[in-house]
Amino acid sequence: MPPASPDDSVSAPKIKTAAPRSYAPAASSEIKIHAKDVNVFYGDKQALFDVNIDIPAKSVTAFIGPSGCGKSTFLRCINRMNDTIPTAKVSGVIEIDGQDVNLKSVDPVVLRSRVGMVFQKPNPFPKTIFENVAYGPRIHGLATGKAELEAIVESSLKKAGLWNEVADRLHQPGTGLSGGQQQRLVIARAIAVGPEVILMDEPCSALDPIATARIEELIDELRSQFCIVIVTHSMAQAARVSQKTAFFHLGKLVESGSTEDMFTNPRDTRTQDYITGRFG
Amino acid sequence: MTDVTPSALGPVGSAARLSAMEARLKKRHRSEVWFKAQGLMAITVAMVFLVVLVGRIVGQGYTTFQTHTLSMPVYLNPERIDASDLEGVNYDYIVAEATMKKLGVQDDDLGTTSGKVMDLISRDFGFQLLNQLKADKSLIGKTVTVTGPFKADADLYFKGQIKRSTAQEDRKLDDQQLDWLDQMKKDGSVKSGFNFAFFTNSDSTEPEQAGVLGAVVGSAMMLLITALIAVPVGVMAAVYLEEFAAKNRWTDVIEVNINNLAAVPSIVYGLLGLALFINWLHVPRSSPLVGGLVLALMALPTVIIATRSALKAVPPSIREAALGVGASKTQTVFHHVLPLAMPGVMTGAILSLAHALGETAPLLMIGMVSFVPGVPEGFTGAATVLPVQVFIWENASERAFHERTAGAIIVLLVFMIVMNAAAVILRRRFERRW
Repeated sequence: MPPASPDDSVSAPKIKTAAPRSYAPAASSEIKIHAKDVNVFYGDKQALFDVNIDIPAKSVTAFIGPSGCGKSTFLRCINRMNDTIPTAKVSGVIEIDGQDVNLKSVDPVVLRSRVGMVFQKPNPFPKTIFENVAYGPRIHGLATGKAELEAIVESSLKKAGLWNEVADRLHQPGTGLSGGQQQRLVIARAIAVGPEVILMDEPCSALDPIATARIEELIDELRSQFCIVIVTHSMAQAARVSQKTAFFHLGKLVESGSTEDMFTNPRDTRTQDYITGRFG
Repeated sequence: MTDVTPSALGPVGSAARLSAMEARLKKRHRSEVWFKAQGLMAITVAMVFLVVLVGRIVGQGYTTFQTHTLSMPVYLNPERIDASDLEGVNYDYIVAEATMKKLGVQDDDLGTTSGKVMDLISRDFGFQLLNQLKADKSLIGKTVTVTGPFKADADLYFKGQIKRSTAQEDRKLDDQQLDWLDQMKKDGSVKSGFNFAFFTNSDSTEPEQAGVLGAVVGSAMMLLITALIAVPVGVMAAVYLEEFAAKNRWTDVIEVNINNLAAVPSIVYGLLGLALFINWLHVPRSSPLVGGLVLALMALPTVIIATRSALKAVPPSIREAALGVGASKTQTVFHHVLPLAMPGVMTGAILSLAHALGETAPLLMIGMVSFVPGVPEGFTGAATVLPVQVFIWENASERAFHERTAGAIIVLLVFMIVMNAAAVILRRRFERRW
């Protein structure tokens, strides 16, 4: 028997991709979100094909892939934002802590208070900074009094790393902040409701590099408290902030695993081609 | 041969290629200049029409706001006044006597002179005397000074609209009457001033006493009903259709119908109102209530369309933001989307109300075209409105009413300008950036 050549070590993992499911690395402890055979249709067009993935708690999971690959679609399945699109149809199972989010008995309003979301373009309400953060707690009745509400706002802004910049102008419009500040305000708004999961849909794509670095730092800080799922177009960003990475291509989840493995030792040629910049 | 194919222009940077592009560029600039010129011409034509329209109305109507009054002592002759029956006294003759005394003329047996004098002085003098006597009977036998308007024809003479140069048989006043008017003017008892009566009186058969108060109040009451019905119903319908209703064949049918209703001639709404509100629901005819209901039906499609387009203009990111923090659909709409759409909603609502304000045809159908000599007594009382008042006065035969027609149009236009200005101000105030 010839000794294992370097070629073998490259080709060997390829066999694994034949397996229908890839497993989260042992490094991540507890599973927060478990998705099984998720298919999404927009009208007649199928956007996602049999996605199976486990997303670990208290860590950052990055979804990467070329435009239109379905990563945002999958993200929006987790807090049922696809409900707002009349033609969208979701099948399969997505469980958060073992509970299927697509059950009739699950109220999307309650689900979205557990699963916060941050969007591509900073979208603060055209209201004051305080009102932006206080809105969520207020509609969910999370504060019993004004003092408590103020405390929630303050702690959320602190967690989002914005408090020092806005403490003296809480009652000025949130839309007057810079793009990066607005995005952190939106993160504070999501945190204020007390979610377990925060979904981020390309949160830095509209920001300059400095603001991006600030948000990435923040994501790293928040990791200790929340399960964060981030969709990104930037491979570098995925490598910097995430512990687990999933690569989507043409509506299929090609591969997922620990970020380190994905970037140093991708099992699928498509993943390899994408992360090395050969397409996408 | 070479200039048939595109490459015939020659290689990039060659002189032939550049000159071809230049020629094309000239053409492009020419068409731009031509388009701008067309736009300017269109605006100029529109402005000319506007200036002619407003100029003509103001030119005809401004004299309405000026009036002439006469002050003269009137002897309350106890022989002619029965204290027990003040209503039955012939005050017009008492006024005529006072005027003749002032002019230094005597009445003949046939009463020709007193008749001619009475053609000059408004019956308002008589009403004033009656009111004064009702308040204080001790005035009988005394002389009081009364100030009141002339009859419309005399007023028109002072304003220069009846001319002495016109042949006597072609004008309402004869030479003697004109002499009397000149005489009164000379002795200083005639004063020219602002016509407050036009704004404090309602319609009257006497042009000099006819005013727009009743019509303005009627219009305001009717618009209030229209606004109270059309705006909430229209906005709610639009919110439901735009934000909640499923997008299917039924909502398509509804949308097409709403768009069609906005284009239905207004007189059809009048017929509908006549059949529905008056014949079936027995709402009192000619009332601000029924007028407001009919105009609300008419304004509804416009309010719905304006509100829907305002809702559509709210960026989806705001909806996602609200839904993302767990707001329900209703909370999303009422906390965020509708407030952001408010400037558009307000503008649409006010413009459709301004349109309703100027509407005449449907109101004729529901009996609003009637002589109403007073301010409407509540929402179910008989009322007239400004555009209908214009219509009624325009049809009147007396010349002085024509002046008042233009005057009423000016009041209507000012009413509308105020409403449109309010729309602009509200839009500015509610406008928020996102």
